[in-house]
Amino acid sequence: MIVIFLVLPLAFLVAGAAVVAFAMAAKRGQFDDLDTPPMRALHDDE
Amino acid sequence: MTALDLGSVQQDRSRAVQPSCACTHCGLSVPSGLIDAARSEQFCCHGCETAYEVIHRCGLDRYYAMLESAREHAPRVRETSRSYAEYDDAAFRSLHVRGAGSSVCSTEFFLSGVHCSACVWLVEKIPKLVPGVIEVRLDLARAIVRVVWQDDRVALSKIASVLATLGYPPHPARDARTRNLRTQEDRAQLTRLAVAGACAGNVMLLALAMYAGLLDEIQGPYEPFFRWASMVITLISLCWPGQVFFRSAYGALWGRTLNLDVPISLALVAGGLWSTIATIRGTGEVYFDTVSVLIFALLVGRLIQSRQQRWAADSVELLFSLTPTSARRVERDEYGTERIVEIAAESLEVGQIVEVRAGDSIPADGVVVQGASQIDQSLLTGESRPLAVAVGASLSAGTVNVASTVRLRVVATGEGTRVARLMSLVSEASRRRAPIVRLADRASSWFLGGMIVLSLVTFVAWRFIDPSAALEYAIAVLVVTCPCALGLATPLAMSVGLGRAARMGLLVKGGDAVQRLAARGGIIFLDKTGTITFGQMRVVRWAGDESVRPLVAAIERDSSHPIARGILESLGESELVASEVSQTTGGGIEGLVAGRRVVVGSPSYVRERCRLRDQSGRVDHALLEGWEREAADGGLTPVAIAVDGVMVAMAGLGDELRPDAAAAIARIKALGWRVGMLSGDHEDVVAGVAAAAGIDAELTFGGLSPEAKVAKVREHGALGPVLMVGDGVNDAAALAAASVGVAMHGGAEASLAAADVYVSRPDLVALVELIEGSRRTMRVVKRGLATSTTYNVVAGCLAVMGLITPIGAAILMPISSLTVLMLSFRSRSFGSRSPRRVANQVVAS
Repeated sequence: MIVIFLVLPLAFLVAGAAVVAFAMAAKRGQFDDLDTPPMRALHDDE
Repeated sequence: MTALDLGSVQQDRSRAVQPSCACTHCGLSVPSGLIDAARSEQFCCHGCETAYEVIHRCGLDRYYAMLESAREHAPRVRETSRSYAEYDDAAFRSLHVRGAGSSVCSTEFFLSGVHCSACVWLVEKIPKLVPGVIEVRLDLARAIVRVVWQDDRVALSKIASVLATLGYPPHPARDARTRNLRTQEDRAQLTRLAVAGACAGNVMLLALAMYAGLLDEIQGPYEPFFRWASMVITLISLCWPGQVFFRSAYGALWGRTLNLDVPISLALVAGGLWSTIATIRGTGEVYFDTVSVLIFALLVGRLIQSRQQRWAADSVELLFSLTPTSARRVERDEYGTERIVEIAAESLEVGQIVEVRAGDSIPADGVVVQGASQIDQSLLTGESRPLAVAVGASLSAGTVNVASTVRLRVVATGEGTRVARLMSLVSEASRRRAPIVRLADRASSWFLGGMIVLSLVTFVAWRFIDPSAALEYAIAVLVVTCPCALGLATPLAMSVGLGRAARMGLLVKGGDAVQRLAARGGIIFLDKTGTITFGQMRVVRWAGDESVRPLVAAIERDSSHPIARGILESLGESELVASEVSQTTGGGIEGLVAGRRVVVGSPSYVRERCRLRDQSGRVDHALLEGWEREAADGGLTPVAIAVDGVMVAMAGLGDELRPDAAAAIARIKALGWRVGMLSGDHEDVVAGVAAAAGIDAELTFGGLSPEAKVAKVREHGALGPVLMVGDGVNDAAALAAASVGVAMHGGAEASLAAADVYVSRPDLVALVELIEGSRRTMRVVKRGLATSTTYNVVAGCLAVMGLITPIGAAILMPISSLTVLMLSFRSRSFGSRSPRRVANQVVAS
């Protein structure tokens, strides 16, 4: 069980990385408009 | 297929003359070889037939009905005469264009008429249509388009006119700075939520391990380690996302009031401090999981709430697209030669002369100095008949010049115009609601104050009984009575109801509107034009000779007068060609059709030019008056028709009643509401419509100005709840003044902004659903409140008596919240009954 002292901080690091990634995405406006992009995906590019 | 091709195909479809030859699936015309006379469905190709079969087999035939209604409202591709030259004006650019002066510029527009995926596709294809445009991005929910272009390759006016040609007239988006700030705030809020969620999740995991460990009696070095880890994460959560509550609580205390954030902050601080001390000392309970989950759950509630308020605020911005952005200013140089310059409406000044051509909107309040015309004031007054104006008449900004070019001297611009003052009336009326909200706030602050006092009393009392347990019990009281279930479940029950309502085409802007709609009864004031009626002039009655209809249609073809357009709509196209057409403002039109002299116009105008004769050539005044009475019956506008100097027919034009109006009104009355009508139209017209729709005569008022409508709403609002239903800008102030304002489908965007509810379907049955749905939603909310209050009282008592430990409280709290949440999700609110069944009931009643 001693491995928990290594694994727990590692797990926090992973979770922290996910939070940082989310914060960066939010800062760049990825979540500003949640309605239009799904429609845009359906449009063909010729 | 290029974008423009697509537009013209849409137009062709909507014009499909013979539906029997249109493909059932796609609407294109069916090649004659493929028409199967024996079937009711026709297909232009095997692909369409297969697609139809699949859709039909799955029972999805409603798709075609939806398609049909979508086509009706589809923006038609139209040519625009506007040059948008003012967009290249320096004054305009400094206000709206970012990066002006450099080679790459960007700006944002509101686009009217965008509503589906195809619109997104079409608008975002502009870089392919206009060289020099780098990127166009449309935010569909807000109808805001962001355009990035190379300034040296293409002018903004060109981009704007292409957008208008596609059927999406652009309007400059104002207050870009506030919107930017709000976007920043949105993003920060989302980030806070993410951090709080991550912290809560991780602390919960650790807490679970600790509870399991406690049960298994596993001790050792792990427990302190887990405690320290939870402490670090919880402190992050408290210091970053939790800050919001502390700031708000501090603000409230500074202003010597209490808000929901005060006890929340107190519980958070107490829980956090207690647990931190316990961790450092190594003994005692820790409540890190409670604290971090509390922060997360409350932030979710906040997000839901602020999104709804945002939606309302966004639509208010649409107000500013009402008045035109450009004006044609008449200038004189030193030699006295005239020059007309198109400038931005913002740079107009009082005293300047502007020219307004037929079909344009008036850019500022002014007095006519040259020319005579007809003005469509329906925007302001709701009056569907245009008003004749001559030199000396005052005109309001935003009204439309329908007949011929006039020049006016500007009297007021921008904020000083009548329409702007009307808008400030709207915002004033919205502010008037605040007392009710304040009352609710005060009531809840009493509750919160009581909670804090209760936990203090608990603390003091237990100091004497059992000093070691005092703080623990006090925290238990704070946590267990925390109005989480109350604070989260009420907005959730509301937003579940609002979400279901939105799916039915009823967009309700806030829970307060639902609450007021759920009232036992009151008065519903309906606007006439566009609400009870279609809002378009149509030939409703025809007295006399029917055979002259094609002649009338031919002569009215090129007139832009609303009555002429109404006649044309009702009579259809004619193959005959009119010549020597001359039009008299405020009178009528005459010309030659197929060699016959045709005169169409007001009875007095036609009588001046022609006589009514019977076969023997005698004038029959009785017959003429009979016709006129018949044509004008029920408030219709009579139009006389003469051929070759003989008056042969009289048409009655009016605004047709919506087919479901009378049935829906009967059903609203059955729900306990009284139904009345407020209209700017002539009183005779209004009385006629009221009688046909079954509206109480004593609650029917005609000839009202927008200000008078507000007065009527206020007058009745003093006695009980007043619901105002309307669609025009003229209704906007009344909508805001009413307890609940409902804007109907197809209405002006200003009314949409002022209203609490927007009904996106063109029927009054929606009102019935709105009231019934609101009543059910309120029942769900009340049940939720009762449940959480009972829980709070019972658990609070137990906690004060020391029967609940903070851990027990922390377990009870989410259970109670979950119960209330389940209650609000599973209950019937809006749309629990299918619209068809409601419609059937209306027909039956």
